[in-house]
Amino acid sequence: MMMTLRTVTCRVLLAFTVLLGSGHIAHADGDQRATHLPPLPKYRQECASCHVAYPPGMLPPESWQRLIDNLPRHFGTDASLDAASVKELSAWLTANAGTYKRVRAAPPEDRITTSAWFERKHDEVPAAAWKRPGVKSPANCSACHAQAQQGDFNEHNVRIPR
Amino acid sequence: MSRSYRIRRSFAALLAGMLLSQLTHAAAPSELQAAYTAQAGSPASPDRGQALFTTHHGREWSCSSCHGTLPIRAGSHAGTGKPIAALAPAFNAERFADAAKTEKWFRRNCNDVLGRECTAAEKADVLSWLRTLKP
Repeated sequence: MMMTLRTVTCRVLLAFTVLLGSGHIAHADGDQRATHLPPLPKYRQECASCHVAYPPGMLPPESWQRLIDNLPRHFGTDASLDAASVKELSAWLTANAGTYKRVRAAPPEDRITTSAWFERKHDEVPAAAWKRPGVKSPANCSACHAQAQQGDFNEHNVRIPR
Repeated sequence: MSRSYRIRRSFAALLAGMLLSQLTHAAAPSELQAAYTAQAGSPASPDRGQALFTTHHGREWSCSSCHGTLPIRAGSHAGTGKPIAALAPAFNAERFADAAKTEKWFRRNCNDVLGRECTAAEKADVLSWLRTLKP
């Protein structure tokens, strides 16, 4: 009888944990869901060679379109690609771009880091921290968000390098 | 320069170009270097390659800005800080193993560093230097 009771308790606990877990995902912000999208292999291969595979949901479709149309002049570097790759990336990025309220407006220079939501979320970070050798630039997400490459930007996992 | 020599030389360059464009998949670093050398029509120089790699060419970045002066270990992207795995093929088997990928990165990075594409001779020089770096 004790065994059965214990088993039932375990099952209830397990179910509760699962419920909590899924609830967290289901009720998270729109951006949380967008960041967990598995990157297109081509996106990981071509774009994530130089920077974090920024989640497509962090920019509106018109920003992605402008970026993809200007790859030979990509924030001061030549990121040019063959036409077939450009087409594939363009389709995936615009299809998965952010459409929810806070991402709807294109940020200045189509930079994720100049978005109002980005600045608000990072307003506790001291200006000097961005300049530390282990950080270098606000574009270097994984300097502080260790799981950024996997699309995890949860603030509880943030470790700012000293 | 005799006419037959010129014909032979342009034929060799043509052949090398065809070879390079056909090496779209797997290729060994030595094969890529041979193709670039044939296209250049003169032997590769590791010293020239090292000089090209480590010096600035009137622009903000040199090759070393991201790959390090001795690219036998990981570097870091000068703009984004993202780690870049070792470039010397003896330290990273994925480097110079694919002709199309090699061409893509030479095109982009030479444009960033020199403001133009690299010549076949320059590519042969750089690759010949990288191939001298051994564990």
